[in-house]
Amino acid sequence: MEYILQIVFSFIFTACFGVIFNAPTKAIPYCGIVGAIGWIVYYYINHMGVQEVQASFVGAFVVAIVAQIFARRFKMPMIIFNVSGIIPLVPGGIAYNTMRNIVELDYTLGIQNGMRAFMISGAIAMGLVFAEVITQLIMRTFNKGKTSMQSFARAKRRTQKFK
Amino acid sequence: MARRKGDCNLMTMKEQNYEMALDCFLLAGQIMMESGAETYRVEDTMLRMARSQDIEDAQSYVTPTGIILSLGRRQITKITSITHRITDLHKISLVNNISRKLTLKIITLDEAYDELLKIQKTNYFLPIHVQILTASIASSCFMVLFNGLWSDMPVAFVAGGVGHLAVTLVQEATKVKFFSEFFASLVVGIIAYLAVHFELGTELDKIIVGSVMPLVPGVIITNAVRDLMAGHFTAGIAKGAEAFLTAFAIGSGIALVVGLF
Repeated sequence: MEYILQIVFSFIFTACFGVIFNAPTKAIPYCGIVGAIGWIVYYYINHMGVQEVQASFVGAFVVAIVAQIFARRFKMPMIIFNVSGIIPLVPGGIAYNTMRNIVELDYTLGIQNGMRAFMISGAIAMGLVFAEVITQLIMRTFNKGKTSMQSFARAKRRTQKFK
Repeated sequence: MARRKGDCNLMTMKEQNYEMALDCFLLAGQIMMESGAETYRVEDTMLRMARSQDIEDAQSYVTPTGIILSLGRRQITKITSITHRITDLHKISLVNNISRKLTLKIITLDEAYDELLKIQKTNYFLPIHVQILTASIASSCFMVLFNGLWSDMPVAFVAGGVGHLAVTLVQEATKVKFFSEFFASLVVGIIAYLAVHFELGTELDKIIVGSVMPLVPGVIITNAVRDLMAGHFTAGIAKGAEAFLTAFAIGSGIALVVGLF
């Protein structure tokens, strides 16, 4: 029951951010799906007792894979699904706490929170990059010429033939 | 190809074409950068568009504050400066479509340039009341996701919406991002404080974090780290500074409220 609640609310949360970031209207529900999947993976792993940094890495990894699938299906840039998908994971609350600690002159706690925010955002970025690289590698091995660069080269070769 | 023929007429035509192409690619890069695309995507798009026009040795240097694009050793080089950056995924997707069409030769360079000019002028954002409503809903959803109290949701709903309204209005009036974010978080802080004071809400911290969530630079931080990893150090550091400034604005706005009461 708790998980269903989390899925529903993270879906709404991410879709709302899709509107704020002005994603194309037909992509907004899919942004929500990406966010909900990423969040529920993060939530489950974090509840299993894994630290938030590692959990964020896995969450972002899943977000990037799902975003990659949607990006290919709808022929839209991946960033549309990525940016809204990682919103539940990004350490906005911690970044806010950091600044609040620092402006209240509690530097020790501020540095501690700042490092936490930095580590989590680093883990998210790592998850995104790793997933992107690995899916491209898999795509290249399984169906030849499916990476964007190669399909670009192929399209070019085709047009040159017409000349 | 024209160069090999050595035809004078063809040469001038080609040169005009180059100037048009340079403007077109730079405009595409500028729109993408202003809409918050990643640095590597901007470079990739511009170079792909160049290669589709048989310009093989184009070089670009992209930073969050400006783009330098050169079409080759003997060609002209142009700079464009980028003064404001927002997140507008719709524009990124539209520019991406145009670059796709241009690469597959569905449209010509002239058509692409016209469409890019149209994209630059149009505002694709949904009406402001829809945006405020979604910001409110997002703020109240935050309560559930991060173990807040259900009873705090109405306060977060109001505070999040007013915060988004404040940041939009002040941004339009002053054009200073730091000030508008500071002001919005100040407003959010005051609403949250008053709500807790009159016992409409319970947890001050959770309400404030949820309501400033549409403002916090979480995406900029992540993009900054991502740019650093991709080897775009200038862009990464610049975006990191932007994120720090935004977080500082929000933090000091809240701190003012906490200090005053």
